[in-house]
Amino acid sequence: MATVLEPTATPAPVVVDPGVLKRPKNPTGVWSWMTTVDHKRIGILYGVTAFVFFLLGGIEALLIRLQLAQPNGTVLSADAYNQVFTMHGTTMIFLVVMPMSAAFFNYLVPLQIGARDVAFPRLNAFSYWTFLLGGIFIYSSFIFGGAPNGGWFGYAPNTSITYSPGHNIDYWVIGLLILGIASTVGAVNLIVTMLNMRAPGMTLMRMPIFTWMTLISSFLILFAMPVITVALFLLMFDRSFGSNFFNAEAGGNPVLWQHLFWLFGHPEVYILILPAMGMVSEIMPVFARKPLFGYPVMVISAVAIGFMGWGVWVHHMFAVGLGPVAVSAFSISTMFIAVPTGVKIFNWIGTLWGGSLKFTTPMLFAVGFVAMFTIGGLSGVTHAVSPHDRQQTDTYYVVAHFHYVLFGGALFGIMGGIYYWWPKIFGWLLDDRLGKLNFWTWLIGFNLAFAPMHLIGLQGMPRRIYTYDDDLGLNALNMMSTVGAFVIALSTLVFLYNVWLSRKRHVAAGPDPWDARTLEWATASPPPDYNFAEVPIVHSVDELWHRKYTEDEDGRLVRLAAKGEAAQQTAAEVERAAGHGDHATEHDDDHGHGIHLPSPSYYPLVAAVGIMVLGYGMVYGRDAGVNYLLAGLGALILFVALYAWGMEPSAEPEEPEDGSTAESPRPDVPALAGADAPGALGTGVAPNGEDAAGRTDAEGA
Amino acid sequence: MGAPARRRLRAAASAGLVAVLASACGNEELPQNTLDPEGPVARQLDELIDPVFVVAGLVFVLVQALVLYVAVRYRRRSEDEAPKQVHGNVKAEIGWTIAPAVILLVVGVFTVVTVFEINETPAGPGVVKVTVTGRQWWWKYEYPGRNVVTANEMHIPTGQKVDVTLLSDDVVHSFWPPKLAGKVDVVPNRVNKMVIEATTPGTYFGQCAEFCGISHANMRLVVVAHTPAEFERWVASNAAAASLPDPEDEPEAAAGAAAFRARGCASCHTVKGFAAGEVGPDLTHFAQRETFAGAIFPNDERNLRAWLRDPPAEKPGSIMPDLDLTEEEISNLIAYLDTLE
Repeated sequence: MATVLEPTATPAPVVVDPGVLKRPKNPTGVWSWMTTVDHKRIGILYGVTAFVFFLLGGIEALLIRLQLAQPNGTVLSADAYNQVFTMHGTTMIFLVVMPMSAAFFNYLVPLQIGARDVAFPRLNAFSYWTFLLGGIFIYSSFIFGGAPNGGWFGYAPNTSITYSPGHNIDYWVIGLLILGIASTVGAVNLIVTMLNMRAPGMTLMRMPIFTWMTLISSFLILFAMPVITVALFLLMFDRSFGSNFFNAEAGGNPVLWQHLFWLFGHPEVYILILPAMGMVSEIMPVFARKPLFGYPVMVISAVAIGFMGWGVWVHHMFAVGLGPVAVSAFSISTMFIAVPTGVKIFNWIGTLWGGSLKFTTPMLFAVGFVAMFTIGGLSGVTHAVSPHDRQQTDTYYVVAHFHYVLFGGALFGIMGGIYYWWPKIFGWLLDDRLGKLNFWTWLIGFNLAFAPMHLIGLQGMPRRIYTYDDDLGLNALNMMSTVGAFVIALSTLVFLYNVWLSRKRHVAAGPDPWDARTLEWATASPPPDYNFAEVPIVHSVDELWHRKYTEDEDGRLVRLAAKGEAAQQTAAEVERAAGHGDHATEHDDDHGHGIHLPSPSYYPLVAAVGIMVLGYGMVYGRDAGVNYLLAGLGALILFVALYAWGMEPSAEPEEPEDGSTAESPRPDVPALAGADAPGALGTGVAPNGEDAAGRTDAEGA
Repeated sequence: MGAPARRRLRAAASAGLVAVLASACGNEELPQNTLDPEGPVARQLDELIDPVFVVAGLVFVLVQALVLYVAVRYRRRSEDEAPKQVHGNVKAEIGWTIAPAVILLVVGVFTVVTVFEINETPAGPGVVKVTVTGRQWWWKYEYPGRNVVTANEMHIPTGQKVDVTLLSDDVVHSFWPPKLAGKVDVVPNRVNKMVIEATTPGTYFGQCAEFCGISHANMRLVVVAHTPAEFERWVASNAAAASLPDPEDEPEAAAGAAAFRARGCASCHTVKGFAAGEVGPDLTHFAQRETFAGAIFPNDERNLRAWLRDPPAEKPGSIMPDLDLTEEEISNLIAYLDTLE
């Protein structure tokens, strides 16, 4: 199934020394991070970077709210305001929620499926560096003459060279193209990983729900990114090479831009929300001591959302004048995408119903997600009433709606995920009391900031205006919203303080602090480089839980093993503790020491630098007296990096002092770099060809 | 920025028009409130959404109540609790799939019916037609067959449907008078239609709703609804050409007219019978207007003076440049504009 791009399993590949850069070796320090191919380190890099961008996007939000706190605000000029709101949207979508999700994808997916890394570790590093440099690239526009100012939706022809002659829009176009490369490459990598590298016994319907949401989200990225890439390429050609795709004066069609943008833009909404849905679906069962209510329905409804998400984009265009037939069709499709979403909400409540709910910080954020996301879903249904959407669209009502979805939904889920998985990632717990303060201030600030926007919009205030009149009659509500934004800012400081304080206190988490259900909690916190000393064999969904608990005849919970006892360092010990000795995992006597992991590499970073240079070259190439030499240089760097990358083996032969003379990875050690992953989809065939035990033990109880 | 002047704009404009027309002008507190429609088109939208808001409100209460109930009722009281392991319930899940689908189907039927209704073009001899052209950052209104061209302030008769054609000369805008109708985008290379109607005479405010560049926020609009008889009087007065001020009676205004040509105003603005520029708003009956520059400034001497000194400083991105006019030229131009009744 997997196209093998990194031939690690080929016996004794001829190691070509590319002769440019010596293979990096540092196990610690800055260079170890810059050359790492470990999915866990890359996940942390994604998370930290996305959080920094979250702070930047948050500062932009505060500037917006300061400007709008009072009528006729003078905090920002018109042009500065337009830059700031454009960058706020672009940042929060492309540089915060997507990469924050990617952080969790990268860190968790291999752990949840019992793999040792992603399928293509260097490609993973390449995704991260391309994302980071793409983000820096867009932000550098603030220094080089002005940030993008055409809105995150960049409607043509306002973004054409005629109406936006500066380089602001070029930075946006090229920057999003660069970020699109990062997202697409990451999605491919994750899809291959999830389809091919699951531990033996883990059929698709035994995958943790977060991994399922990652899979669907990754497919959406894979199909949506090309659409916006096409749109951006057309716009780039209009701007740089005199084509007329969107140029109305020459017969171009501005509505084509809108179709392409929203054909990407709506699936993008589900790209942003599905991972958060996965996170809360992991958190709730753990703190309710109950399995996810209707796991198959949760999977199927998400798949349904993934498909239906492609058939609703025109609801962003109800005022464009597309005629009653198109508008009716998309009204109906938009209404019905609410059905699978509603099913999820009721299934989450079903998960909590009858449980034993422990309101830790992650649980608070997860339950807060359900409450807040519901509001966003309901206002979404009102948009589907397309005649009235002519009143709502492009007003603050829409701003309220999507913040309830993306903040009340995605960010609540992500915050829950951060608190939940933090001890796994860093080995120490975040303080729960500060966490609760974080949650309640976050909830109050969020509602104070965004609930008034429903009324602000319905009472006539359009979006994207840098100033409004006293006579609009919306001063009090706008001020309330601004106060709310600052409460959110304070809440964010509480979070940062929590991180600082908890790091100092360093309350060790142990492998399984929450008495959790999935495989990432079956290894140490933080996990060793190789994740699992022995690849676990999976018998059910919620594999770890079933090693600790069983049910009596009444369906009541019966503990088999204490949580500390069950969550052993090695899967084999867990197996024995759970009395499943017969189904023991394959034994690997040297407990990881013989595990041959992919080696660090410079080339992903160098290739990403090449793309960034190419980007600057494209931005300035059209200027008089400038040519595309810089773009050529970037392309050359990229080409050389990819060539050297291609010649470099994924894993270096081991050093003699490691006690191993292997010239190639041991074929019986699974999941190194894709090449020796299980061949068949979801069959639970162990990498060494032996049938996984317990394949008939389906559906996890 | 003319901020203090702008702050009182709407009150001033309303008060002025109220005085002139001796009529009420709706809810002055919230002049762009979509929940307070002032005509049948906007009311139809409001009546469609109100029951949806009610249903959504009920679902909201249901879900929040369930969340709160569950959170209180099932909170962990002892670490030994061993809840019953429920993996799902097919009947319940089918139930909460079908119930919302049925509700949405009902909403969908009413939605589709309304979609087709609001897309009907009004017919009949009494229908007034207006062609709206969106420009960065003002609105041009033409009344086909009536020889009237004006800007920013649209005049319509009450009690009859107005057939509006929407065109754009530059980027995408969106025409939105919230109390009279929902917005419809104004897209280059595209002819869009909308219907507006006001029940009672009055001044209705709105603004461009699609981001259209640096001064998007400064692209406001006003719709003035008159009784049909008054509307016809307005049409008659606006169809006439402007007369040139007499240098004997009005020396300042006559000098202003000369400056209007000499300083290039005439190359961008039309004054019927005197100048035929097409770039900026038609000024033939400028003195009749309550506002100018995208309906953001009250049309008075102080604001005009500030504007003529440096338009881009007053309205960011203004296509009208700073013409380096002397104070005397400005006074003369204002005197001339004042004659354009």
